Amino acid sequence: MGTELLLFYLFGAVALGASLLVVLGRNPMHSVLMLIVSFAALAGLYITLDSPFAAVIQIIIYAGAIMVLFLFVVMLLNAHKEDALVAAGAPMGAKPLYAGAGLAVVLAAELVWALVRAPQGSGGPMSGGASPDAAALESVRGLGQLLFTDYGFAFEVTSILIIVAMVGAVVLAKREL
Amino acid sequence: MVTLDHYVMLSALLFATGTIGVFLRRSVITMLLSIEVMLNAVNLAFVAFGRSIGSADGQVMMFFVVTVAAAEAAVGLALVIALFRHRETLNPDMFTSLKW
Repeated sequence: MGTELLLFYLFGAVALGASLLVVLGRNPMHSVLMLIVSFAALAGLYITLDSPFAAVIQIIIYAGAIMVLFLFVVMLLNAHKEDALVAAGAPMGAKPLYAGAGLAVVLAAELVWALVRAPQGSGGPMSGGASPDAAALESVRGLGQLLFTDYGFAFEVTSILIIVAMVGAVVLAKREL
Repeated sequence: MVTLDHYVMLSALLFATGTIGVFLRRSVITMLLSIEVMLNAVNLAFVAFGRSIGSADGQVMMFFVVTVAAAEAAVGLALVIALFRHRETLNPDMFTSLKW
């Protein structure tokens, strides 16, 4: 049990710290690379949640494909620095933006408060054989069967979404908009 | 012992981090990255809840969210490239007109 808690805090701290660096860093290139570190830590968390398939697609699809797309665009646009945190002459001015960021902190405080006050029973054990079908949960075969039976319609709709996104991206990035 | 609360609180903190990024950053690319952070916070909550009730549905939802994130990144980055071509800047405050 001690190992689990240690792993959770290790991966959680890395994920949260890397995400903060994504948000606070000045260089978009560093932000993208820090986000990959955050994704790796999240993949570790998925493994502690007995979900190896989630960890694998986190690494292969998120860190491997989506982040490479981001890196490609950052390099293409040569966007190695951004304007000052709040640009001079911005139509809105700085105050609404800081207010929005403050509201985000309030959101986090509210969520944590609500969870602390949640009725008991939500804090059951996560692992350690508590669930009888933990083996079924881990198997990719079971996941595939679920995906192609109960979620078959959603799966097909997803393929249409991908086609629409692909066509949309090609049209948007064309020379003549 | 690691409980569901641990994972959900981490998810809440990650989501708030992403929200702060969307508000504070002045680069369209970094705002998109912050949205990715928020999507990942939701993914973590999905998988943790699914594990908690002993069902694989959470992982299936996470799979769909990843797919939507991929589509969002493709279209969003195409928009960023189109905007940059017209304005030579990535600052969202400079994109104030719907038509030019």
